Amino acid sequence: MDFIGKRKIWYALSLIVLLVCVGSIFAQGFNYGIDFQGGSLLQLKFEKTDLTVEQLREGLEEFGLEKSQIQLSDDSFIIKTAELSQEEQGKVLKGLESKLGKLELLRNEKVGPVIGKELRTKALLALLVAWILQILYISFRFEFRFGLAAVLALLHDVIVTAGFFSIMQYEIDVTFVAAILTIIGYSINDTIVIFDRIRENLKFKHKEELAALTNKSIRQSIVRSLSTSVAVLFVLVALIVLGGETTKYFSIAMLVGVLAGTYSSIFVASSLWYDFRPDKTGKAHSLKV
Amino acid sequence: MRWEKLISLIIIVALVIGGAYFAAKPIQENVKLGLDLKGGVQVRLQAKGTVTDRDIEQVMEVMRMRVDELGVTEPVIQKEGSNRVLIEIPGVEDPDKAIELIGKVAKLEFRLPDGTVVLDGSELKDAREEKDPSTGQVYVALEFKESGAKKFADVTTQLVKEYPEKDGVRPEQRFIAIYLDEELLQNPYVKEAIPSGKATIDGYESLEEARNIALLLRSGALPVEVEIIENRTIGPTLGADSINKSLDAAIWGLGAVFLFMLIMYRLPGIIANMSLVLYALLLMGALIALNATLTLPGIAGFLLSVGMCVDANIIIYERLKDELRNGKSLRAGVDAGFARAFWTIFDSNVTTLLAAAVLFYFGSGSIKGFAVTLSVGIICSMFTAITFTRFMLKLMVESGIAKNPKLYGA
Repeated sequence: MDFIGKRKIWYALSLIVLLVCVGSIFAQGFNYGIDFQGGSLLQLKFEKTDLTVEQLREGLEEFGLEKSQIQLSDDSFIIKTAELSQEEQGKVLKGLESKLGKLELLRNEKVGPVIGKELRTKALLALLVAWILQILYISFRFEFRFGLAAVLALLHDVIVTAGFFSIMQYEIDVTFVAAILTIIGYSINDTIVIFDRIRENLKFKHKEELAALTNKSIRQSIVRSLSTSVAVLFVLVALIVLGGETTKYFSIAMLVGVLAGTYSSIFVASSLWYDFRPDKTGKAHSLKV
Repeated sequence: MRWEKLISLIIIVALVIGGAYFAAKPIQENVKLGLDLKGGVQVRLQAKGTVTDRDIEQVMEVMRMRVDELGVTEPVIQKEGSNRVLIEIPGVEDPDKAIELIGKVAKLEFRLPDGTVVLDGSELKDAREEKDPSTGQVYVALEFKESGAKKFADVTTQLVKEYPEKDGVRPEQRFIAIYLDEELLQNPYVKEAIPSGKATIDGYESLEEARNIALLLRSGALPVEVEIIENRTIGPTLGADSINKSLDAAIWGLGAVFLFMLIMYRLPGIIANMSLVLYALLLMGALIALNATLTLPGIAGFLLSVGMCVDANIIIYERLKDELRNGKSLRAGVDAGFARAFWTIFDSNVTTLLAAAVLFYFGSGSIKGFAVTLSVGIICSMFTAITFTRFMLKLMVESGIAKNPKLYGA
């Protein structure tokens, strides 16, 4: 497969996906969870098993909470409201119990607005620091152009993952931030393995065209890239299908990120590096090894 | 066929499988589970206004006493940043009560018999039990802050002057009652004017009794106003449910990976799977040794680093295949494959480790747990790939049980 020669096609494909993602992020934004927004979360399990979301919503009307986000998780309900005081919450629980029957409080979270604001800054800062560290390390071990290409590919993966969550309106919480940073770690791993091949091939072959050399390097690494991704996908799919609510969305984010990461490692990162490199003859002299 | 090599190979495989079998239980018993898996209450407090380290330490002291009242084991109370305290209480029966207890504004008041409030808890600096070494008398020593000392001096001076003792009878008006949350705690008599801001209360039977009173007095002396800025409660049912679900996911996910490695890489696939088992044991051992807490995201981190462990093996085997295709012998192929794979594995893992380190630095709570698991996982996987996989692969080649390159996936 001619990755470099057809790179405009892959660039275009990526750009279209990126545009859709960025469009969604700007147009409808994110569904921020209480970690980011502040608020209260109640996960309730009722003894009555045939309860519907509508009935629960009616039950919440008395407390002016009928607009809360209610989500069914297996046999329990997750309710997200504005921040409730301990007292208010007690009243709501008693009220629901008297109306809808015996209930068990499985999970209860309350996050103040301070935390949410802090989390946003921290998350962005973490992303930035991670990126800078990656560029520095790759520039040190390879060269700056590799670092730049790798980080652009990462940006691609992060935007695709975030965009997917925006499009699906899945909730963004602390674990999503962890997922994004893990994607960065994973995807860079993938890209580095291909770059490592390019670096190695540059060392040995002097007369080959750079495009052919890059293509060859990708071909040599592609089985490994796909094998590893498949192994990780097995684990992620198992977590999504069988795991609990908390790990589910983390795994979905990871799944999208891994797919985007595998794609960008193979089709985008090396091509970007090729375009950044002024000398297309494949000579090693400009490269620090 | 070299029998001694083959026998070592078989023994090692048996050891790894046996090790996993026998280690499973101790691991389960010793690994520290986070609140999200065990169930419990997590509360984050923030002090209002500017605070000193001493203030926060006192807040923590007060919280420790309040939490102790719940009679739970292993509560965690730790300082976060300059003005926050994180409290984690595992296995609480009544989370509402715990939160209420932590968040309550303990009101300590010193009142005159007519009900006038002289001082409140914020003006008390310290209270501790003491024993006079010469007489053996036990008492509680109180120390007031500057403002409190002044008020206390004025009041006691006035009381002593206005209500002198007659014929050794203590006038009723010379008592100062101490109320904690509207409950009478102590009602000491003012023997003399106390200008220094340091007072003692005596009349205790034992040091134990004095200590309890001092504790209660201190608990009412929250030096600053605190507010609950975050709390999370996970019921024990949900925690157990999460563990079961994660276990299911782990079994199916890992099973699929095992099968995949066998199909893709044949004989080396077996070695990869062995190194996976060893890696999992190492990781769990490291987590226990580090006294790290396993959280739900931590489990996800563990499963994910399985991917990294497999990856290191895959990189090695792909290299081996390359070398075999280039016409190298098996033995030379293993050596060359490793030499080339090492730096690839190193560089790719360091970059991942960088991301995990950032996560550890910026994250808190369960996210930190995730970062720890991921980092330890990456290091363990790199270690097993470089040492164990290599050793086993060489042993397998040298034993001569499989000479056909096809068995190596080539």
